[in-house]
Amino acid sequence: MELDPLVLSRLQFAWVIAWHILLPAFTVGLASYIAALEGLHLLTRRAVYQRLSMFWLRIFAVSFGMGVVTGVVMPFQLGTNWSRYADATANVLGPLFAYEALTAFFLEAAFLGVLLFGRKLVPSWAHFVAALMVAGGTLFSSFWILAANSWMQTPAGHALIDGRFFPTSWTEIIFNPSFPYRLAHTVVAFYVTTGFVVLGVAAGMVRRGRFWEEARVMLGATLSFLAVMVPLQIVLGDLHGLNTREHQPAKLAAIEAHWETAARVPLVLFAWPDEAAERNRAVLEVPLLGSLVLAHDVDGVVRGLKDWPADQRPPVALPFFAFRIMVGIGLVMLALVTIGWWLRLRRRLFDSAWYLRLCELGMPLGFIAVIAGWTVTEVGRQPWTVYGLLRTAASTSPSLSGADVLISLLAYMAVYLIVYPIGIAVMVRLVRRGPHDAGAPDPIESGRPDLPVRALQGGGT
Amino acid sequence: MSPEVAPFDFVPIWTLILGLGVFLYVLLDGFDLGVGMLYGFAPDARWRALMVNSIAPIWDGNETWLVLGGVGLLAAFPLAFAIIIPAVYFPILVMLLALIFRGLSFEFRFKDAAHRTFWDHAFTAGSAVATFAQGVVLGAFIQGFETDGRQFTGGTFDWVTPFAIVTGVALMAGYALLGAGWLILKTEGDLQAWSRRRGRACLIGVVAAIGVISLWTPLIGREIAERWLAWPNIAILSPVPAITALLALWAWRALRDQRSEAAPFLAGLGLFAMAYLGIAISLWPMIVPHHFTLWQAASAPSTQAFLLVGTLVLLPVILLYTAWSYWVFRGKVRADIGYH
Ligand code: HDD
Ligand code: HEM
Ligand code: HEM
Repeated sequence: MELDPLVLSRLQFAWVIAWHILLPAFTVGLASYIAALEGLHLLTRRAVYQRLSMFWLRIFAVSFGMGVVTGVVMPFQLGTNWSRYADATANVLGPLFAYEALTAFFLEAAFLGVLLFGRKLVPSWAHFVAALMVAGGTLFSSFWILAANSWMQTPAGHALIDGRFFPTSWTEIIFNPSFPYRLAHTVVAFYVTTGFVVLGVAAGMVRRGRFWEEARVMLGATLSFLAVMVPLQIVLGDLHGLNTREHQPAKLAAIEAHWETAARVPLVLFAWPDEAAERNRAVLEVPLLGSLVLAHDVDGVVRGLKDWPADQRPPVALPFFAFRIMVGIGLVMLALVTIGWWLRLRRRLFDSAWYLRLCELGMPLGFIAVIAGWTVTEVGRQPWTVYGLLRTAASTSPSLSGADVLISLLAYMAVYLIVYPIGIAVMVRLVRRGPHDAGAPDPIESGRPDLPVRALQGGGT
Repeated sequence: MSPEVAPFDFVPIWTLILGLGVFLYVLLDGFDLGVGMLYGFAPDARWRALMVNSIAPIWDGNETWLVLGGVGLLAAFPLAFAIIIPAVYFPILVMLLALIFRGLSFEFRFKDAAHRTFWDHAFTAGSAVATFAQGVVLGAFIQGFETDGRQFTGGTFDWVTPFAIVTGVALMAGYALLGAGWLILKTEGDLQAWSRRRGRACLIGVVAAIGVISLWTPLIGREIAERWLAWPNIAILSPVPAITALLALWAWRALRDQRSEAAPFLAGLGLFAMAYLGIAISLWPMIVPHHFTLWQAASAPSTQAFLLVGTLVLLPVILLYTAWSYWVFRGKVRADIGYH
């Protein structure tokens, strides 16, 4: 079998970015949560907020560290494997990546040290400011990286000259048509993802009867937060879909596995898309609902895949199923929040062990939805890296052989498969230990930080 | 190389900014990678804890200059990015993987106590391998790459040359020297004395490396030889080796003088500045040696302008708050606290 550097480069990119995005999905939300806890502590002086903040900070330190090291890998990918893409798009995308570093990464990195190790070295307001800066940094990072990605999905504000893109309007480049939707939907996704982790951790504590005060604070606040965010996320997803229908109709057709252009289309709940035969098997569908959902109009026309020549269609099965996984998870989340509120209003929230158990099981939901959502977005963009303008096949580095990329892909796989399980195990252990020894004497004295990690562990054991 | 007519030549200022960014990276991550390499030789667990402590709150910020170097090159000189990075595919891969292990060992050394020894080794080996890989990239870059049009067309292993191996080893000695200087600044007593001894060993390596590379580089290309040896350049440029020699002498004395705590670090810094200057003189104005000048590799003027506006505002702010974060952790790292 011939090793294709293109296919392998795509696999490698998907591999490293999918692992990377799991961490922002958690740290963007957690950074904001920690800043809120620090702020509440500053305001109310209630010790429980500080204990919670110190508890989550220890977990944050691990996930953020992993986010950074897997993030540093990312920009180099564009050069190592996608050099023709880099050369073609740099005039437009280069500054967006650079602004991410300038506005976000330095901010996070500089204030992270103070946030983790400096609680006793700076006044408490300065410590709170450090928390705010780290949280702000994660949001700036999302802003720029999603501006870059959205431009690749719905390019605007450029001229294409000799195969290279030149900027004509920076506002159009940054605020390209899909960007507001993608930014909102992704940031809310990150908040929701973190929310379900916090909810699950709190539920576990209640169920085991440990850390009662902390668990109550987390459970109550998070359930309220999610009651706003989950419905909002579903609305945003719907709007995002309308935007996709307008600007990337071929992607939408793949998401829905629609082959023929038609009005009054059904909503396909399940099917087995057969790309060779250009039709679906084993179809389960609801009449008319497709037009209603996708176009917000029963008579709305939805374009089918056959409108495009075969070499301009994205793969169908992957976006189709990934989309259903994401939406399914959205609905499960909605159900979890609704049940939680129902129990809460009947004052049974804290002793419904079955529900608390469900919340614990729900911890990975957000992560799965995020990966599924990005699979829809990126695979649905194929066969283009810049939608309609630059083919994925014309984006790779010409000097690479299949064997080169196979070696690097295997190396990335090996390393990530070592590092991630350990990271997850470490975080699980920190969760199990609980906010317990966060209250122990702080080992940072006389203006000198202690062993970094002991400082984080509150000097316990 | 862009169809726009430039209203203003942004290339010199971008050269300066990117040059400064890369230099800051080399200094800052240089000393913490150096501490990482020395870590493996420290005989005492207490010392090792101090060594990690001295860099734990700041290493992430230091490494961010690497990210800025990468994306800055992409934004300001994309053609160089698109040619150089694929040409050093494996050194970059190895560097990134080494940085993953090293970066994570800060956290995992303690939180994954069951594998403490593994993470200790990962810290040292990660630092050493990442440094070596960077040195190889530097060597390969100075030697130049095969291109056709706007693409690298050489082989995946073109970078494997004796010269690149030497620059790799040289950078290890250089970073370790900076690391020793940092430890002298941040520690006291036995650990400081130990760092002075290690620093002297590194300095010998650095001086040897500078000598070898300075003699070797002119042999790589006629342009470089002429740049240094033709009249009147040889007279104008002669201060470069002279100052380098004086700095080496200063470093040696400072490493032996118990009272000078900052001087070893500063002298190491000076040596790096001179080596950096030497490379810049050899290559100017090429950014892809033998093929493309800075101007030919530059991105569109409106790209450079758009990024410049923000950079001129943000870079000073970054330097300010980064300085503040260093200041928060000023003074000696001490051992008499922390073992509760
Ligand atoms: C907690 C995570 C989460 C949840 C519950 C949902 N999504 Fe989502 N979705 C994402 C997380 C996400 C994401 C990972 O953040 C994506 C990937 C790219 C993007 O913009 O957001 C995404 C992409 C994405 C896209 C692709 C847009 C494009 O690339 O053109 C559509 C159409 C939707 N979503 C629609 C929905 C709908 C109708 C949902 C209703 C239940 C929904 N999403 C729930
Ligand atoms: C939706 C997509 C992405 C988001 C929201 C995102 C967000 C973040 C965030 C918040 C961090 C800080 C570390 C953390 O919180 O875990 C981070 C780290 C990083 N990301 Fe991503 N990222 C995304 C994809 C990418 C891509 C595609 C690249 C490169 C092209 C990239 C490059 C980096 C780099 C270099 C770092 C390390 C920063 C440092 O040194 O401090 N990221 N990312
Ligand atoms: C600005 C940020 C991003 C850039 C520059 C970028 C760029 C690319 C490139 C060059 C490819 C390879 C060509 C291809 O197969 O399409 C790709 C594919 C892919 N990317 Fe993105 N991407 C970005 C954001 C993301 C994010 C945040 C994710 C989240 C997980 C993601 C997931 C994927 C996946 C899964 C593929 C493989 C698709 C396939 O091979 O069919 N990307 N992207």
